[in-house]
Amino acid sequence: MRGYVIKRVAQAIGVLWAAYTVSFLVLDFLPGDPVSAMAGAGADTGQVDPAQLAALRHQYGFDKPILVQYADYLGKAVRGDFGDAVSTGRPVTSTLADALPQTLQLTGAALLLAVLLGGGLAVLATYTSQRWLRQLLLSLPPLGVSVPTFWTGLLLVETFSFRLHWFPAFGNDGIRGLVLPAVTLAIPTGAQVAQVLAKSLLTALDQAYVETARAKGAGRWRVHLRHALRNASLPALTVVGLLVGQLIAGSVVVETVFSRDGLGRVTAAAVTAQDIPLVQGVVVFGALIFVVTNLVVDLVYPLLDPRIVVASGRKAGLA
Amino acid sequence: MSQDLIDDATGAALGLPARPVEPGSAHEPGRHVDLRRVRRFLVRRPGLLLSALIVVLVVLASFWPELFTSKDPLKGVPSENFRGPSGAHWFGTDELGRDVFSRVVHGAQLSLKATLIAVAVAFVVGSLIGLVAGFVGRWVDDVLMRFVDVLLSIPALFLSLALVTALGYGTVKVAVAVGIASVASFARVTRSEVLRVRQSVFVEASLSCGARWYSVLGRHVLPNAAGPVIVLATLDFGSSILAVSALSFLGYGAPPPAPEWGTLISDGRNYLANAWWLTALPGLAIAATVLATNRIARALDGEWSRQR
Repeated sequence: MRGYVIKRVAQAIGVLWAAYTVSFLVLDFLPGDPVSAMAGAGADTGQVDPAQLAALRHQYGFDKPILVQYADYLGKAVRGDFGDAVSTGRPVTSTLADALPQTLQLTGAALLLAVLLGGGLAVLATYTSQRWLRQLLLSLPPLGVSVPTFWTGLLLVETFSFRLHWFPAFGNDGIRGLVLPAVTLAIPTGAQVAQVLAKSLLTALDQAYVETARAKGAGRWRVHLRHALRNASLPALTVVGLLVGQLIAGSVVVETVFSRDGLGRVTAAAVTAQDIPLVQGVVVFGALIFVVTNLVVDLVYPLLDPRIVVASGRKAGLA
Repeated sequence: MSQDLIDDATGAALGLPARPVEPGSAHEPGRHVDLRRVRRFLVRRPGLLLSALIVVLVVLASFWPELFTSKDPLKGVPSENFRGPSGAHWFGTDELGRDVFSRVVHGAQLSLKATLIAVAVAFVVGSLIGLVAGFVGRWVDDVLMRFVDVLLSIPALFLSLALVTALGYGTVKVAVAVGIASVASFARVTRSEVLRVRQSVFVEASLSCGARWYSVLGRHVLPNAAGPVIVLATLDFGSSILAVSALSFLGYGAPPPAPEWGTLISDGRNYLANAWWLTALPGLAIAATVLATNRIARALDGEWSRQR
């Protein structure tokens, strides 16, 4: 087991390094000259002083060969230093760290809602013997993945804030301000969870062990939840792991719609200002979230299915 | 017109993925689609028929917007601003008195163009990577697939935003950014399909008959691997519309007067309290188009070949 964990952590670090490299290639290399982009975005006056440009270039190390730049940046990034944001002059790491709690609150609430609603929908749709109810429930997830989040968000604001005055339309205040953004963000995620879970539940219900459990006299709910759901939850768990990164990225749109402070707003502002160090920090952070959640998912697997521990233990033992 | 589209669509679903399963026998019906069967298939699925109709309407709107509306999407009548939906203005008018329906219709062109570019970039780059990885194998496969893994580890929207930062604003740049963000899934699906076909008996047979690698690739591997990739492309069409409109909603798409779908909604956002139609109705157009393409993707994904 320990060998397995070490191997997975090493893989995770490899992916992070590669994600950093990709973001470096895209951002610092592709446009040719990030400094003039920065200067152009920073100052509204069309004219930029060449001496100032050269100074900026020197400050960010763009006058060095690209490989030296890369090594410099990577060395700093390993120590958690992604440079200073161009638009504010504050360190990227602390800018992101300050914005993070609000976004984690939002995405955490959205994930909880998505798993509860999506999972509940899938369980109910596969449990019910009413044909119309099943059809109705199963038609909801395709709808959920097809609507743009910014649109549902605005419709929710329109209905529940401006007409009914139940929730505030924007801002970060408390639980009441969290409800609409979390629901908005949870809709596409929950729909995907529901699709995957419903499919794997249907497969699980066809298995021989379900028939065995029924034959032994277990009740319908018990068979459904204890036997089928436990086995069917593995694919859904994988999908949840993949969706966490999407939720964090989705906060860009949702926080813009609801004018909430957080990582998403910071990202949108960074892209608008062409703040390259900040965008790079966000990209690497996104990859970090992806890698960590997948690591967690891999470590949770054995708790749900003890057979995985045996198999992976053997594999790790051989490696 | 809609009948034509369905014939092609279902033909693709029937012809391409069905062949490897029953070589020889499926050839005849695969070429000539039985019209009566198509009709029965569609009559039982009114949702699919409606989806095809919506897609046809959107395509028509993007090529010939004047078929649907004669009003100018850019010029407004200031005295007629903030009119609700009515017979004269189906989707109402905006703050400058411009007809919103006309803006949505004309916006289809920009949004569809962006979506097509995005899907094309993802399709070409992604399936090329997958094809090379699957067909060449060995270290090439390892290197390419590690690269794809890295692309997958960065959330798609973040990757698109990074590309937008690097490339700049505009419909085409946004489209390329969205396309590159979905390269990874195309590479994965193409590679697994190519690997599956490459191990089949008919490829082995043709190789052992002395066929060149390129003729095996063109004759056997590509046609048989194409089905699932085409399904993915249809599915990607829907998610690209969403991604492109999200980026233009955030303000990285075409500059202001242009009526891109996402931009329309972000414009209407300022008048949410007094003019609901400015956000609700353009959004409905996006949702309906995405829903329709997703439904068609589901039909292509084996629904036809499973129904006998």
